[in-house]
Amino acid sequence: MANWQWFHRLGSPKWLHGTINRWLPWVLVSALVLLSIGVVWGLAFTPPDYKQGNSFRIIYIHVPTAVVALAGYYAMAIAGAVSIIWRMKVADMALRAIAPVGAAITLLGLFTGAVWGKPTWGAYWVWEDARLTSMLVLFFLYLGIMALHDAFQNRQGGSRAAAIIALVGTVNIPIIYKSVDWWSSLHQSASIKFTEESTIAAEMMYPLMVTIPGVYLLFAAAVMLQMRVQIAHSERHSRWLEKYAINRA
Amino acid sequence: MPTSSETAAGPSIHSISSTEPLLSSQPLLVVDSLLCERGDRLLFAGLKFDLVAGDGIRVEGENGAGKTTLLRVIAGLTQQYEGLITWRGLGTRRNRGELHAEMLYLGHLAGVKAVLTPLENLRWWAVVHTPHLKEQSKVQFTHLLLQALDKVGLSRFAHAACHTLSAGQQRRVGLARLYLSRHPLWILDEPFTAIDRNGIEQLEALISDHLAQGGLAIITSHQAMNIEGFDRCILADYKTDYANTLEQTDNSAFEIEAQY
Amino acid sequence: MPDFTVSDSTIPDPTVLSRNTKLSDQYRPVFSIFYALLVRDFHVYFRHRGAWLNPLTFIFMVILLFTLGIGPNATTLTANAAGIIWVVALLGIMLSLDALFRADYDDGSLEQLLLSPEPLYLPVMAKVLAHWVVTGLPIVVASPLFSLMLGISGKAIPALALGLLLGSGVLSFLGAIAASLTVSLRSGGLLIALLILPMYVPVIIFGSQFVQSAIEGWPLTATLSMLVALLIGSAVLAPLAIIGGLRMSIDG
Repeated sequence: MANWQWFHRLGSPKWLHGTINRWLPWVLVSALVLLSIGVVWGLAFTPPDYKQGNSFRIIYIHVPTAVVALAGYYAMAIAGAVSIIWRMKVADMALRAIAPVGAAITLLGLFTGAVWGKPTWGAYWVWEDARLTSMLVLFFLYLGIMALHDAFQNRQGGSRAAAIIALVGTVNIPIIYKSVDWWSSLHQSASIKFTEESTIAAEMMYPLMVTIPGVYLLFAAAVMLQMRVQIAHSERHSRWLEKYAINRA
Repeated sequence: MPTSSETAAGPSIHSISSTEPLLSSQPLLVVDSLLCERGDRLLFAGLKFDLVAGDGIRVEGENGAGKTTLLRVIAGLTQQYEGLITWRGLGTRRNRGELHAEMLYLGHLAGVKAVLTPLENLRWWAVVHTPHLKEQSKVQFTHLLLQALDKVGLSRFAHAACHTLSAGQQRRVGLARLYLSRHPLWILDEPFTAIDRNGIEQLEALISDHLAQGGLAIITSHQAMNIEGFDRCILADYKTDYANTLEQTDNSAFEIEAQY
Repeated sequence: MPDFTVSDSTIPDPTVLSRNTKLSDQYRPVFSIFYALLVRDFHVYFRHRGAWLNPLTFIFMVILLFTLGIGPNATTLTANAAGIIWVVALLGIMLSLDALFRADYDDGSLEQLLLSPEPLYLPVMAKVLAHWVVTGLPIVVASPLFSLMLGISGKAIPALALGLLLGSGVLSFLGAIAASLTVSLRSGGLLIALLILPMYVPVIIFGSQFVQSAIEGWPLTATLSMLVALLIGSAVLAPLAIIGGLRMSIDG
């Protein structure tokens, strides 16, 4: 059982709380550094697109949010699986922590997508864009989980319910994405072709390599903050937290 | 398992049977270091008892003390507890089926569907919980069900929809299961509620009979019970210092679980 | 550390039964349980006309409202018919799902079912199947009437019925997951919608596309096989989630 020690430690809210406190500043700072580098690089030092001009530059935010929105859901589902299989309190807390952060990132992705859509296709919302439609569905999936958390007075029940629906969502998301893809290709009007994408020049892509990890880290930092709230709530009667609070004060 | 000779002679549904003999000296049900809380409130901690064949225990406590919770925890209906419960030496968290095959639980809710007749209600329950009866022919099976309804005084109402019956009669539909049961362990939550004096005496006789045959019973009841040999489990005795218990169970519960 | 050595030593070695030996010796009544629950639920539903009549009435009324909202123009109606019928059928089934486990939860028979020593896979199947027979199947049977109301031509009518037959099964299985998770909550209805509508996206896409293809005379095999795949996938996997949901609901 020796090599499982880390796993057991992970199950201890006290250990996790200390670890989060130690890591949070580093994660937050590196997220901000990466994002600033990526944004400045993307806005000032990349050539404009020959067709879209400068409006394409929003991809440096839009694409990372879209990536992280989906990854966040999977992270949540993994937490759900851990909570169901090993009944770890900490996994329940992670599930609760990720849901609102994931929803916020998804909303940001939808917003930037719409802003990008206006100059590109002349409308804020174009249904033919399968990716935005799928993202909207993803947003609803997040909202469903948050609603489920809120509906239960019994926290343990709420966590378990959310874990189950997150796992069901995991199975469903690829099917949803594929079906929406197929649906939009079926109904696509001839004037706009979304299928032939990624004709972006390589040098336009480089800042993305910085902003994507940047948004990942920002997401991680937000989840850690949420996690700390969750731990404080669930351990509010324990002595170690009391000592910690007294030391802080 | 009923043997073939038993079946031929007409089943005696009332005898307790199981594949293993009920060894009188070995505890069948062990409850150890049980801790339950509801919301922020500690219900009980460090609760422990064990039951050997023929043991009965009565759980006592005021309203909200956690009597029903304790029964639901032992029955495996809720997993929100810390501590250890074993049935025949197997942890019940991981070996639910082994416990449920030998347990009859009668909760606050009778599990009686109002639109169905008592006979229909008893039939689906018997198919789920007393599979040994299904080995009879269909006619004999129905006969056994009617016999059980007769025992609780419902033979005249066997084919009336349950919502036309009184509250006490609906409770009796649930109690009729006791006459079909061969489960060694009975967990009964307030079985005497809404039952008239006659019914209570009959039920008491049935429970002491069950114990005499080596069965086990865990009961909550507000009424005074007239059954001999019942131990008492007073929940108020298990309210220990909350913070101590919390620290004890912080990490250890997870490791102990892995063993069962 | 609580001391667990006492309980460890009480494990009686000779009588410890290795997992499953005891149960597998016995007569395993999984199919009788399946059958008994099916019969029981049919008895319950058939003594209560609303179970099958209400969703159907709801669907007819919403189709009426759609028509009033869109206008009587036959071409517009027919162009939108597939989508309308599918959305309405989906809503009808979804709204009926709250009742799937509700009564069982309230009267305690769900508790008794979960205490069965047998695996719950087939019993849960039985519950969903019985519910589908009284909600999904009437919609399939009545679908030619919807077609007439919205002007779908002759050839597409059997396609609509077939699509609904497969798709309504998927809707029932997926929806039952949400129903199992919310059965312990007082206000389950709207929450079921929030949880399950996003999951219904593939069904509505392939279902209405199937009808649309039939109307336009396009090949049907691709969408049909997708509907079949969805039905098989949801029928196999959904009961696992439903069991978890029911156990959680009872645990509260």
